[in-house]
Amino acid sequence: MSENVLEMKNIQKSYYGTTVLHDINLSLKEGEIVGLVGENGAGKSTLMNILFGDEVISSTGGYEGEIKMFGKTVHIGSSSDALRLGIGMVHQEFSLIPGFTATENILFNREPIKTNFVSNVFGDRLDTLDRKKMREVAKSAIDKVGVKIDDDMLVSVMPVGHKQFTEIAREISKDNLKVLILDEPTAVLTEKEASTMLESIKSLASKGIAIVFISHRLNEILDICNRVVVIRDGYVVKDSDIDKITVEEITKQMIGREVDTKARKTRSNQSNDIIMSIKNLYVDMPGENVKNLSLDVRDGEILGIGGLAGQGKLGIPNGIMGLYDAEGEVIYKNEKININDPMSSLSRDIAFVSEDRRGVGLLLDESLEWNISFLTMQVKNKFLKNLFGKLISFRDNSEIKNVTDNYIDALNIKCTSSKQKAKELSGGNQQKVCLAKAFAMNPKFLFVSEPTRGIDVGAKALVLDALKDYNEKHGTTVVMISSEIEELRQICDRIAIVSDGKIAGIYDASESVEKFGALMIGANAA
Amino acid sequence: MKFDLKKFLADRSVPIMFIIICSVCIPLSGFSTGYLLNEIVTRIVRNTFLILSLLIPIMAGMGLNFGMTLGAMAGEIALIFTSDWQIWGIPGVVLAMILSIPISILLGTLCGTLLNKSKGREMITSYIISFFINGIYQLVVLYMMGPIIPIIHEAIKLPRGYGIRNTVSLLNLRQSIDNLISINVFGVKIPVLSFVIIILLCLFIVWFTKTKLGQDMRAVGQNMEVARAAGINVERTRVLSIVMSTVLAGFGMILYLQNMGNIATYSSHSQIGMFCIAALLVGGASVDKASIGNVFLGVILFHLMFIVAPKAGTVITGDSMIGEYFRVFISYGVITLALVMYEAKKHKKKKMAEGSDDEK
Ligand SMILES: Nc1ncnc2c1ncn2[C@@H]1O[C@H](COP(=O)(O)OP(=O)(O)OP(=O)(O)O)[C@@H](O)[C@H]1O
Ligand SMILES: [Mg+2]
Repeated sequence: MSENVLEMKNIQKSYYGTTVLHDINLSLKEGEIVGLVGENGAGKSTLMNILFGDEVISSTGGYEGEIKMFGKTVHIGSSSDALRLGIGMVHQEFSLIPGFTATENILFNREPIKTNFVSNVFGDRLDTLDRKKMREVAKSAIDKVGVKIDDDMLVSVMPVGHKQFTEIAREISKDNLKVLILDEPTAVLTEKEASTMLESIKSLASKGIAIVFISHRLNEILDICNRVVVIRDGYVVKDSDIDKITVEEITKQMIGREVDTKARKTRSNQSNDIIMSIKNLYVDMPGENVKNLSLDVRDGEILGIGGLAGQGKLGIPNGIMGLYDAEGEVIYKNEKININDPMSSLSRDIAFVSEDRRGVGLLLDESLEWNISFLTMQVKNKFLKNLFGKLISFRDNSEIKNVTDNYIDALNIKCTSSKQKAKELSGGNQQKVCLAKAFAMNPKFLFVSEPTRGIDVGAKALVLDALKDYNEKHGTTVVMISSEIEELRQICDRIAIVSDGKIAGIYDASESVEKFGALMIGANAA
Repeated sequence: MKFDLKKFLADRSVPIMFIIICSVCIPLSGFSTGYLLNEIVTRIVRNTFLILSLLIPIMAGMGLNFGMTLGAMAGEIALIFTSDWQIWGIPGVVLAMILSIPISILLGTLCGTLLNKSKGREMITSYIISFFINGIYQLVVLYMMGPIIPIIHEAIKLPRGYGIRNTVSLLNLRQSIDNLISINVFGVKIPVLSFVIIILLCLFIVWFTKTKLGQDMRAVGQNMEVARAAGINVERTRVLSIVMSTVLAGFGMILYLQNMGNIATYSSHSQIGMFCIAALLVGGASVDKASIGNVFLGVILFHLMFIVAPKAGTVITGDSMIGEYFRVFISYGVITLALVMYEAKKHKKKKMAEGSDDEK
């Protein structure tokens, strides 16, 4: 086959004395798609950030090793270097300007321009943007990704899926693109969107672009990659052609054991009491509007809410918890909740794990201890030691540390200590911290939204088990929103499907996948 | 949805409040319409250019920037030179503008560089920097002008032989731009050339937002990390926005002073930043969003109020001092209010999720 487009040799990286990558070798050929897999915190994003010259790398002491492109050693000190060399990246977290339109983001810092007399004197940066040309280029890039994105829509009001496709369109529109890094591009997508995404990735590769594809959905890896590289604790443990390996073997290489994924059996001892009754709910959440939805949640059950992206399933918890404007009636334990005031639900022991972990879920610059204990301290006055009656109260640090360490154990959060800052964790581990934060509240009722987004296969089972255990031990009612019907079936008692902002139907989790699928596409209005 | 009207009003609460105050005070003050219109036109001519200079840093995400005070000082220094060299009239104004450019660029670069070291706290940092540079300005004007920097005419020097007097007269330059082409519409004097200059600046700002640099500034203002990942030199872009603002503020100060007709050497610039920022906020701007419309609405409302409120205050209380007291009190009040409202909005989302108002 052709020569190597890219070679990374003996790459090493440590953060504050902890080595997270040991002696990594990775090579890429023209038109090749290499799948990069590994547990949460294995070092996938770190490796790719090195390749893209990300600021986190240079500001934490750089890296060791050599990077070659087309046989020549190159130096990548910043993202501009990477861009100049033809390396593009779609980050694990969105890298878009929220107040810009799709077009402006796709052509960001590569805008077609028109010179004018001022710019002739004062330099290129005073050239005016050629809006017409920008639109043309953006439109043709959007056509190529195969999803209808409004080129004039602001990113801030786009549904998540469209944001992801906007990033892909940005990369596609680059003429000099030689290497494309995709860090979990499908994590936020529904299955249907994901398959569209995979198609456009394949067509990019067929044009000769070398692609690194990171995903926790292993069947996607098998579907589109030519080769798979497994990283475990900062070492490459397997580098194999795709036809010589199976999902089971990849899983075993990643975590060293096998994982089981069966639908849950119907529980017999379910109560029929209604704990929360939602009536005529409207939620104004961009891309996830809820329109006149009614739903009853039974005491002690795990209720799944599924549906395609953009149909409104995410709007339900966000509206009830007061994060987006909502109207309608929510009765919890025979009392009405004021749905536009978050404290109204928080103070009734209703907790929420948001799908937007960076936006509302985590205080990125704070320690894990603080992240996990903070809300509980605030809402429930726990973790406080009182002096002189209740005159002076201060934080009970040892108790906080205990609780945090417990969750680090239980959810297998990969970190150096409970004092580490949240932003220093890998994406999947941040997700686990969000869960721990909700558990620490001791909620009577728990909304979890996309709890396994960006979590590896092993940890996924762990998280789902943790939810199930929590529900069984404490009798906490759980409402879990997820785009993956498979994972809903593993732990839920019943699953409701949302379509066009309303409940399309509710079945027991043991029903066939096909029946749920039919509800999602509206073939079987209930 | 149904809350839209409430939100619409809430977002514009500051201008609405001022409209109410003005509409109560105008009849109380008893001023004639002709008088009020003349006064308003004067204030627009005097202040608009200066306030417009605040727009570019806001676009670049650097907030309400007291760095403009530095530009004002540059403009004053330039005018001191031209009046010492006795270059009057329009040539004097133009020369002063040209002279102010290098000084503004120097000060703007310094300020921008310092602000890059204190990202997220630009407003307070620039406020402190303006005090610091004011010290240097005084050193230069009070001690160095004369012995080190040659000043020819005794008339502008202090009696002791060095340093500049408290007031430098610009009588021979006074309103030379305003009066060059001026027409009279129903008894209201309209300085056409001054308006043309202001409109040109507005057009420039609109044009600027369409340039590559303008686009980069907007991007940097929204998310520095993303901009950096796209290969934009974030630090340099931010410095450029401050430099542009200081240069424009320098021009603005020169236009302001030619209208006034004299330089209060040690105090002209000292509160100009605060009054401009307050006017912009009264026009409905916020820390991260401001438009040309906000500038004009702000100048009109803010100054209309200062014309009518003291008189109205005198009518009600019989005390004429109330006016000046009002001016300072209201300015600080408006700025405080706008900042508090901005912070509250910024943390609203956060607060909802965390049940507190802790920082991100
Ligand atoms: N800025 C940082 N400072 C300190 N440590 C960091 C930082 N970023 C990442 N790490 C650590 O480096 C290790 C590898 O993280 P990385 O983000 O590369 O994992 P990943 O393989 O992408 O995982 P995931 O699947 O969860 O996204 C983790 O242990 C993480 O805690
Ligand atoms: Mg990652």
